[in-house]
Amino acid sequence: MENIRNFSIIAHIDHGKSTLADRLIQFTGVCNERNFQDQILDNMDIERERGITIKSNAISLPYRAKDGKNYILNLIDTPGHVDFSYEVSRSLASCEGVLLLIDAAQGVQAQTLANLYLALDHNLEIIPIINKIDLPSADIERVLEEIESELGLDPDLHIKCSAKEGTGIEEILEAIVTRIPPPKGDAANPLAALIFDAKYDSFRGTIIHCRVFEGTVKSGDIIKFMYNGTTYKVEEVGHFLLTRTKRDKLSAGEVGYIIAGVKTVADVRTGDTITLQDRPCSQPLPGFKEVKPVVFASIYPIASDDYQDLADSLEKYKLNDASFIYEKDSSAALGQGFRCGFLGLLHLDIVQERLEREYDLSIILSVPSVRYRFTLKDRKVIYVDNPAHYPDPSEIEKGEEPYIRAAMMLPERYLGAVMKLCMEKRGVNSNMNYTGPGRVELSYEMPLAEVIYDFYDRFKSVTQGYGSFDYDIIDYRDSNLVLMDILVNSEKVDALSQIVHRERARSRALLACDRLKEEIPKQMFKIAIQGAIGGEIIARSTISAFRKDVTAKCYGGDITRKRKLLEKQKAGKKRMKMIGSVSIPQSAFLAVLKSDTD
Amino acid sequence: MPAKSGIQKLKIILDSVSRFACTELQIFIKNIPMKEEQAGLYIHIPFCLSKCGYCSFYSIKSVDLIPEYIAALKKEIKHYRNVFSSFDTIYIGGGTPSLLSTGQIDDLFSTINKYFDIDRKAEITIEVNPGDVSLEYLQALRKSGINRLNIGIQSFDDKILRFLERRHSSKEAIAAIKAAKAAGFDNLGVDLIYGVHGLGIKSWKNTLQKAVSFAPEHISCYQLSLDDRTPLYKKYSSEGWKLPDENTELKLFFTTADVLENAGYLHYEVSNFARLDKFKSRHNQKYWQHVPYLGLGPAAHSFLGNKRWWNKATVKTYLNEIAAGKMPVEDMENLSTDQLQLEALFLGLRTKAGINLKRYKTRYGIDLLVDKKTIIDALIKNKLVELKNGFLRPTRAGMAVADSLALI
Repeated sequence: MENIRNFSIIAHIDHGKSTLADRLIQFTGVCNERNFQDQILDNMDIERERGITIKSNAISLPYRAKDGKNYILNLIDTPGHVDFSYEVSRSLASCEGVLLLIDAAQGVQAQTLANLYLALDHNLEIIPIINKIDLPSADIERVLEEIESELGLDPDLHIKCSAKEGTGIEEILEAIVTRIPPPKGDAANPLAALIFDAKYDSFRGTIIHCRVFEGTVKSGDIIKFMYNGTTYKVEEVGHFLLTRTKRDKLSAGEVGYIIAGVKTVADVRTGDTITLQDRPCSQPLPGFKEVKPVVFASIYPIASDDYQDLADSLEKYKLNDASFIYEKDSSAALGQGFRCGFLGLLHLDIVQERLEREYDLSIILSVPSVRYRFTLKDRKVIYVDNPAHYPDPSEIEKGEEPYIRAAMMLPERYLGAVMKLCMEKRGVNSNMNYTGPGRVELSYEMPLAEVIYDFYDRFKSVTQGYGSFDYDIIDYRDSNLVLMDILVNSEKVDALSQIVHRERARSRALLACDRLKEEIPKQMFKIAIQGAIGGEIIARSTISAFRKDVTAKCYGGDITRKRKLLEKQKAGKKRMKMIGSVSIPQSAFLAVLKSDTD
Repeated sequence: MPAKSGIQKLKIILDSVSRFACTELQIFIKNIPMKEEQAGLYIHIPFCLSKCGYCSFYSIKSVDLIPEYIAALKKEIKHYRNVFSSFDTIYIGGGTPSLLSTGQIDDLFSTINKYFDIDRKAEITIEVNPGDVSLEYLQALRKSGINRLNIGIQSFDDKILRFLERRHSSKEAIAAIKAAKAAGFDNLGVDLIYGVHGLGIKSWKNTLQKAVSFAPEHISCYQLSLDDRTPLYKKYSSEGWKLPDENTELKLFFTTADVLENAGYLHYEVSNFARLDKFKSRHNQKYWQHVPYLGLGPAAHSFLGNKRWWNKATVKTYLNEIAAGKMPVEDMENLSTDQLQLEALFLGLRTKAGINLKRYKTRYGIDLLVDKKTIIDALIKNKLVELKNGFLRPTRAGMAVADSLALI
């Protein structure tokens, strides 16, 4: 155990986490240049393109230190987005130390802080690393000041590196060995292993990623998930090298995997404790929490024929994403589909993209919604995350919506713009700290609904990319909620209905009307688009009719050509959704649902 | 597998046709008035002395090939002797059919009469170019049995005629109309073009009035379209000219209909007007009503039952195939019920008569009023179509968007 070090790299997005991980892997020689694939931990295309690691992953690095001893350095990767903060906390709980990576040009950002707090919560040894020192815009002096003033860490203990150029890597490895304590625990105690991730393998079922704190687990053992008491027989245990590598056992202090015939990742809860059935530990490891989705949206196939494909794809997708939930849903406008729950908007984007890319589906997503709480006149309390289930307004005693605390870091010069944005987003109880010269830490309490709408994009735009943002859900608060509908030629398009704050209703409705006007092609008759609350029309736009399209000549030789052209148009129209007598293209739904205000 | 020869293809056609004739055709006949099912015959004459600027149709200038071409047509006619039995319309179109001598036309007719029954009251049309027709020529045509003349007037304005690169003048146009009447043609059609650069709405109205003043039995008014292979397209591109915008187009379309309807013409198809019901082009209506037709000559299309086939596109390939004893068929299609439905919609909705809903249901198995109720109701509400006596017919505004109406 003395020769094991368990650590994570934490950083604000784009501060170079994946690149550093690659360098550590390369340096320790787990793989050679030939089979080295850049950013090996991000092994999904989407992750690579977005430059973020969506799901945690782990790798064991063998390292001979300057003291002449051989070590196993277990790097536990963490997801780098606020949507996945619980997963981050479970990964950190599996470590004894972290590399806190800070971009030499950008300095301390909101997620640097948020991640630091998480690491401190777990009493981890923190090694500040200043990355990207090769950049011309690197300002190491300033970053050092920030490390001291904003993070409260000893700046003398930092390491400078350029993951890109490979400088400072050995120094980092040495620091991991000398500064991060070896794991504690006793291999002879009853088993207590923390699940920090699970991946689905089509041959082996669920691969459980865990950190063993106490005891030992080996193949043949009957393990028990403490969350729900289910038991499984262990088929295989092992370490993560570049690929899974089978071992006889996993003991206290080690990081590795367990294969035990668990069918889907949904049967496994991140943060749960694994113990042995016949010799259980007395209590689970602390910190377990069931993650609950906070953003909801419906997914429909564009062509209703694709419903079964969508159902199959969701089932497959779900195998690898325990935090994604879905159930059947149907819309008068869009037909059969699924209501889905996500950890956040990024999670939603990822699911959408993977369905479209990996499963080759064309889908329409409804307007994302948070989960509202209504107290009805009969005192019954209901939660509504789907506008289709909005209660009868006359029955509502009180409506409430979830609030978050947003933590933002930004250069002072953007303060005015950001405060304006937050106020526009119904932000309250602001708090402001100058964390350094010209730098501000700002916090606001805001409705989650405003944040999932378009807050993040606008925040990035008003701070020209220099602001960083993080949030926690805090509580439910009273809210004047209404159901806003969109009507196309007097027909309600249920998939475009939104539950909104009354003050937001008109601007949302106007935006939706304008977007639809831009996206719905002219048709043979005038199309009226309206936004309404109940029977009251609050916004409107009109698409004029096209009035002339007929070709002048159509005789014997023209018919086949004309028919082929119309068949093509008809096929295009088939991909549109008919709402009453109006054909609405997918792009129109997407345009309304995206709702960027630029 | 080697490509099927024309003969093999025809065999397939013939096979299915004979099967078709036994069963389905009998059902057809039961449900459809017999005279409507009389087939039409189209003969293509792909020769032009000069090419009009706007025309993208295939034609060649080598008029010395005409005798050989006539001989080939006669062979092609013979090939079909067992496929079609009778015709009640013949249409000689082009190209420039008036480049044929009356002797050549008589020659063709005698072959046609040899193999087919031509209805006693058949409508027999020839398209002529105003510059080609003397009184004597027209009289000879009349004598040949041609009873309908379609003159490619296009415009009464020499400036516009030059712009369109027509080879006749307005004077010749007027002379041709007068000569046709003098030759005894009592079913006369004139073709006009509008939407041309430099032809304002006022001059177009004058053109229409001028045409009306000769009281032709039939007037076709075609809105100019630009095929990118035509010289006129290139001229428009290089000069930066544009075709009229949608609103202007619509205004021209409505004005045309207004002027001609006020003058007593029936606007019976998007671009076609007839002075009386009986002067509607019987031949062209076959195209719009899925009535069988046989097309002879390069690129000509034929239709029978659920099949459409068409000939090799060039005179050279056409002549070669015929010389080799083959059918000059380029390709054919078996129309599915869906395709027939779609065609019936877009063709029917081009015509004032519209779609006979009962016949549509019988032929294509769809009750439009049930299947397309929502959209048809919306179209009726928006005055694009109307229901009358079991017909779904486009209004004038509906005719202007007939192509889209078909996508319901």
